[in-house]
This record gives sequence, C-alpha cells and structure tokens, in this order.
Amino acid sequence: MDLAFFSVQLLNGLQYGLLLFLIASGLTLIFGIMGIINLAHGAMYMIGAYLVYDLTFRLGSFWLAILAAIPVAIALGLIIERLFLDTLYKRDHLYQVLLTFGLILVLNEAQRIIWGGDVHSVPVPELFSGRIQLTDNLQYSHYRLFVMGVCLALAGVIYWVIRHTRLGIIIRAGAVNRDMVEGLGINVRTLFTLIFSVGVALTAFAGMIAAPLTSIAPGMGDSILITCFVVVVIGGIGSIKGAFWGAILIGMAETFGSVLIPSLASMVIYLIMAAVLLVKPRGLFA
Amino acid sequence: MTAIQQPHPAQAAVTPLVEVRGLHTYYGESHVLHGIDLTLLPGETLSLLGRNGMGKTTTLKSILAFVPPRRGEVSIKGQSTAKRRPWQLVRQGIGYVPEGRGIFPGISVREHLIMAARPNERGQSPWTLERVLDTFPRLGQRIHHDGSLLSGGEQQMLSIGRALTTNPDLIILDEATEGLAPLIRDEIWKIIREIKASGIASIIVDKNIDNLLEVADRHVLLVKGEVVFSGDSRGLREDPSMLETHLGVA
Ligand SMILES: Nc1ncnc2c1ncn2[C@@H]1O[C@H](COP(=O)(O)OP(=O)(O)OP(=O)(O)O)[C@@H](O)[C@H]1O
Ligand SMILES: [Mg+2]
Repeated sequence: MDLAFFSVQLLNGLQYGLLLFLIASGLTLIFGIMGIINLAHGAMYMIGAYLVYDLTFRLGSFWLAILAAIPVAIALGLIIERLFLDTLYKRDHLYQVLLTFGLILVLNEAQRIIWGGDVHSVPVPELFSGRIQLTDNLQYSHYRLFVMGVCLALAGVIYWVIRHTRLGIIIRAGAVNRDMVEGLGINVRTLFTLIFSVGVALTAFAGMIAAPLTSIAPGMGDSILITCFVVVVIGGIGSIKGAFWGAILIGMAETFGSVLIPSLASMVIYLIMAAVLLVKPRGLFA
Repeated sequence: MTAIQQPHPAQAAVTPLVEVRGLHTYYGESHVLHGIDLTLLPGETLSLLGRNGMGKTTTLKSILAFVPPRRGEVSIKGQSTAKRRPWQLVRQGIGYVPEGRGIFPGISVREHLIMAARPNERGQSPWTLERVLDTFPRLGQRIHHDGSLLSGGEQQMLSIGRALTTNPDLIILDEATEGLAPLIRDEIWKIIREIKASGIASIIVDKNIDNLLEVADRHVLLVKGEVVFSGDSRGLREDPSMLETHLGVA
C-alpha cells in the first residue's frame, strides 16, 4: 500500500466516520436521555436516502430535494414520537424495543411499496462532481470533501449547543438523571420531543447526503444501525463526544479493515468494541 | 395516639401553599402512605418527622407527583395536582432539594446555577446568581468545578443554591444535613434560617430535632405512613413521650 492509497483510505475512513457520527449522535441522545432504544433509527437513514432519490428526480435538483426532504424527516420524527413513543415512556424497555422493531418493519415495507425492491442511485450533484488533485498521483472527490465539511460543521454546532447553551446543560443533565431535571421545573416531555425529532432528522439527513455515495437499496438502514450501536457503546451511552470519537474510530476501522484484512473485515468493529469494553466497560467517555 | 391541633382560625382565610388530604400512596402492591393530611401556609416552615422508612420522602414525592398518590387530594396554591406532571407543579414556585442532593456529574457549579434559573410566578427574581454566590461563598470559589467533585457540604449548598435560583415560594429540603460534619451542618442550618427570614416557606425533613424545634413553625410526625402528631414546637415539647416513642429522642 503506497502513501497515496493510504491517504485516500484515510480520507474515506474519516468521511465515513463523520457520517456515522450524524447517525450515532441522535441514537446516543435518544438512548441516553429518553431511555429509548430506537431500533428504527437505521430505517430513518434509509428513508432519508430514498426521499432524496425520489425528490431529486421529481424536482430535478439534488439541493432542492434535500431542502424538501428535511421537513418531511422532521415531521416523521414528530409523528413517531407523539403518536407511538409518548404512551410508552412509563413502560418497560421491552415495549419500546418491540415498538421500534415494529417501526422498522413498517418503514421497510413502506419503502418497498413506494419505491420497490430495486437498487437505485443518485448522481453526484454537478457542483461537486469534480475531483481535487491533492498530490501528483492523488485525487479526491469534491463531493466527499463537501460531505466531510457539512458533517464537521454540524458536529461543531451540536458540540456548541451541548457545551455552551442552557439547552445543552439540560440535555447533559437529562442523560444522567431525568427525574432531577424534571424536579427543577423543566418540561422533560418537550425535551424528549425535541431530541427525538432532531435525532431522527440528523439520521435522515445523513442518509440524504450519503445518497450520491452509496447504492440506495432496501434494508440499507439495518446494517448501519448495528454499526451505530457499536459506535454508541464504544463512546459511552449518552455522550456526544463519545459518539464522535467512536464514529471516527469505527469509520477508520471499517475502511481499513476492508482493504487490509478483507477476511476479517466484518468482525473488526466487534473486536474493537470488545477490546474497548474490556478496558472501559462503560465506554470511552461515559 | 393522635394529637392533631386545629389551625388557627385567622389562618383559615389564606390559600395554603400546599394542602394534602387523605393521601394514600403505593409502591406497586406495598401500601406506604395511609391517609396523610397536612397544610402549609405561605411563608411557613414545616418539619416532617419520623424514623427511617416511615414515609417522609414518599410524602414529598407524592406532593410533587413523582409518585402519584392512589387516593387523596393534593393541591398547590389551591390548584389540584391531579393529572399534572412534576415539572408543572415545581413551576408553581417550588424549589426541590432531594434526598441525595441530585447533583449532576460532569456539570459545573455555574451550570447547575443557571440551568433552571427563572423568575417566580410574579416575574420577580430576588435570587440572582450573585446573591446565591454571596450566600454560598464556597460555591463562588469552585464555580468552574464539576459539581459532583465537590465535598458533601458543598454539594448540599449547590443543591440548595440551585433551588433558590428558581426563585421559589416554597423550598423542600429532604435530609439536607445528612452525613455532613457538624460545622458544615451549622452552616446549612444558618442558611435555612436565612431562607425562612426571606419569607420563603419550607418543608424540612431532617434528623436534627433540636434545630427543627427551633426553626420550624409546625411539625408533622409520621409513623408507618400515618400522621400521629401535627402541631407547633410548644405542643411537641409538651409531649416528650411523642418524640421518645416515635423518634427515639430522650
Ligand atoms: N421505590 C420504592 N419502591 C418500593 N418501596 C419503597 C420505595 N421507596 C421507598 N419504599 C418503601 O416505602 C417506605 C417509606 O419510604 P420513605 O423513603 O418514604 O421513608 P423515609 O421516611 O423517607 O425514610 P428515610 O429516613 O430512610 O429517608 C419504606 O418502607 C421503604 O422501604
Ligand atoms: Mg427519606
């Protein structure tokens, strides 16, 4: 493996890791604060990708498609939280797992009915279709750099909100002791609605900007869900910082794993998870 | 074994801050509170007495709807608490200092003191961050420290300070001096007196009877989830057997 190849893999790993972060940040907050294991999180990633696929062809523009898809994703999150989860907060985890598992089936089925079982793709938008010459023999896709930039900017915004705003203090406190937050007169229900819809929207958004980079296929959310659970567990449940570094670690591991040791590639992330949990049973940043 | 004193007739016209009637609370099948009655008037200091496990914390949690009662009535400022959430009740002007202090790890002293800060229902904010820090100078010295890394006494002050930043009309203190060194305890009692002097009502659960007899206007003594005494300090002093039998105080 020469340096150029290595650098491209490094960038790919970083880009994939940053995308994973968008998905995992919502998953970890929903889990850490609301106590909900949202199995349907991956399905929302898929819905995001399909929405953009559909709307790009309807509206003739990738960018308009994203603009139109974001409100749809937020609305879907709101509906799921208000309609289905609201009645389940007081129940056992088992009910929530069953409900969100049921949602996977419903969303997957809806996808099949609306868009069918074929594999689709979305062209890379014109604006970023070029490649940048990094060194003599190293090029890199503008669009991938754009995705990295967007993810980093969103990570920065999330970090700033969590670290430096009153909402952020409440979110961090809620991840430790929800009842005490409520005991301070803070409307935890509204906080839940906010976190769920923002979390779900971030995931769907990840699916939207990933659409030109992946094949859009039925069940594409299922494998990413498992990967993101690994990220959340490695980083520590409820920790945004953990989700970030966990996502970068797993993004790199999957990317390098599949080129360096293809025979073990599917296991690499679980081996890393096992290793992290041996040293830090509650995750890196819990 | 019951000795209930009637409230003074002149007080009957005032809307109580908290009124509890016939409260029955369960944890699953286990019946913990058996018909609690209590009344707290504005500005009043009430002590809730009783040995371990008699239902003091449960009474407080039932009032705040954390553990909703199965039967009975709770009203706050004349409004029934039925079907309302704890945060809504707290928003009516209650500062809650729970058993165990409720300090959040990873959250700084300053963040604790701004996270819930708000004016009272009348739009006034007598307890600014500055005033809280003046009241608890130790917190000022540790302003950027992680709250959970403070000493026990400092954490208790932080919990009380945080409750004050919500500008409450009532502060609920559950075991606020538990496990603290005597000097720190005295500091907390001094602050409790200051809170009382500032006109904030309080419900205090504490093991220290001497201080309670001095600070509290009235006392409610619980035995196995029932009120066996309700009255003022004089009434309680006049009936030493009450304290002896139910609190083990000689
Ligand atoms: N979450 C719970 N589930 C079941 N039983 C409980 C729970 N919390 C308290 N109890 C029981 O309810 C009874 C009253 O408990 P409570 O905590 O209200 O007592 P307390 O007077 O505050 O005691 P302490 O002085 O120990 O704080 C006890 O018998 C206790 O074991
Ligand atoms: Mg107690």
